[in-house]
Amino acid sequence: MTLEPQHIDEPRAYGRRTFLAVTGVGLSSLVWGQPLWRSLAGLRQPIVNALPPALVPNGWRIYTVASSMPHFDPLTWRLRIDGLVGRPLALSYADLLRLPRAEQVTTFHCVTGWSVKNVHWAGVRFRDLLAGASPAGDASVLTFTSAERPYVDTLTLQQAQLPEVMLAYEMDGKPLRREHGAPVRVVIPEMYGYKNVKWVEQITLGRVAELGYWEQRGYSTDAWVGSNG
Amino acid sequence: MGDRVMIERFSLTERTLHWVHATAFFILLATGLILYVPSLSESVGRRPLLKDIHVYTAVAWAIAIALTFALGDRAGLRATARELNLFDEDDRLWLRRHARPQGRFNAGQKLNTAVAAAFAVLFAVSGFLLWLGERDSTFRFASTILLHDVLTYVSIVLVAGHLYLALIYPATRHSLRGITTGSVRYEWAQRHHPKWLAARADSAAARDAGKQ
Repeated sequence: MTLEPQHIDEPRAYGRRTFLAVTGVGLSSLVWGQPLWRSLAGLRQPIVNALPPALVPNGWRIYTVASSMPHFDPLTWRLRIDGLVGRPLALSYADLLRLPRAEQVTTFHCVTGWSVKNVHWAGVRFRDLLAGASPAGDASVLTFTSAERPYVDTLTLQQAQLPEVMLAYEMDGKPLRREHGAPVRVVIPEMYGYKNVKWVEQITLGRVAELGYWEQRGYSTDAWVGSNG
Repeated sequence: MGDRVMIERFSLTERTLHWVHATAFFILLATGLILYVPSLSESVGRRPLLKDIHVYTAVAWAIAIALTFALGDRAGLRATARELNLFDEDDRLWLRRHARPQGRFNAGQKLNTAVAAAFAVLFAVSGFLLWLGERDSTFRFASTILLHDVLTYVSIVLVAGHLYLALIYPATRHSLRGITTGSVRYEWAQRHHPKWLAARADSAAARDAGKQ
């Protein structure tokens, strides 16, 4: 029996090669993915801008720990400041807006690897916020209690008074949206997002830092960006 | 042969694998999008529950795939893997848009299967690293979430194409019947997969010759 020329051509294992190539590229991207993604930022932006904002992730991911996000009612909402203070406070939203306003443009870093650059925040510096409560001389820790139970976290008083740290009520020119912690959240760009407590409703001054929500789950208390969290 | 003559294209094991994969994919996609797209995260809420559904679906998927391999027709699956792996001259020309006769799987289906299998591995690895990274910072890599995202985007495009061919495009949508009931019309197979029918006839003839 003679074979016609086209039958001599051996089948090739393209299926296995495709599988191995795609798997190999994917696994190796764990090393080169993020640097490449950053270097392509200029190319990505026009595409992102052209798509409907509701559907396109804008760089933010909304992490929550409770089954629903807290609702903000400007009429009933109060921010309580208590603990080691000379004068405990319960500030309304209007009271808060009357305090000296600070603004900053900073990058937000999440411990899981994503960042949002150039976020425009407006809010109150902790120095100005706490002044009215007359903190005691031995108060060294701020505990932030979120309306999203059971989320809590802490900063030292020293950390809270770093230059670009604030209690923010505006993001990118608009009142803080619900998913970003309306009406107020902590902003400390030097630390990962889990220290930037959302839906803050109570700030307690004390001497001891209890473990925050994620710290109880193994995360570092001082979540400086660049550390491992 | 008449229009209504049916022949078996996919075995029960193959169909089980397909539907385990498809069901898990859509549950993972739906829960994943709610976790990922801010507007959906806000309107749906219940993040801890959705995260649990997402993670446990992935675990159930892996167990179901393993069980299908363990309890199903393994020899049949090995033969299918060989079929999917090998691209002959007709397949290579078909991919270059030449009208060439195709076997039980056309070259596009073979490529799609290879990519889907690789994606399954990559989704599982990156998903596992995300889960592990929440528990141990040694396993937290900046690119893990990016890989998981890119796989999602590309999968949406591939699955959209797959659904179009399976549900809408007139020439190919009959194949949906094959993956649900197992059988397709003989005359349809003759038009779309003639080399499969020829190979089937050859192996039947060989079997008959063996019996004599």
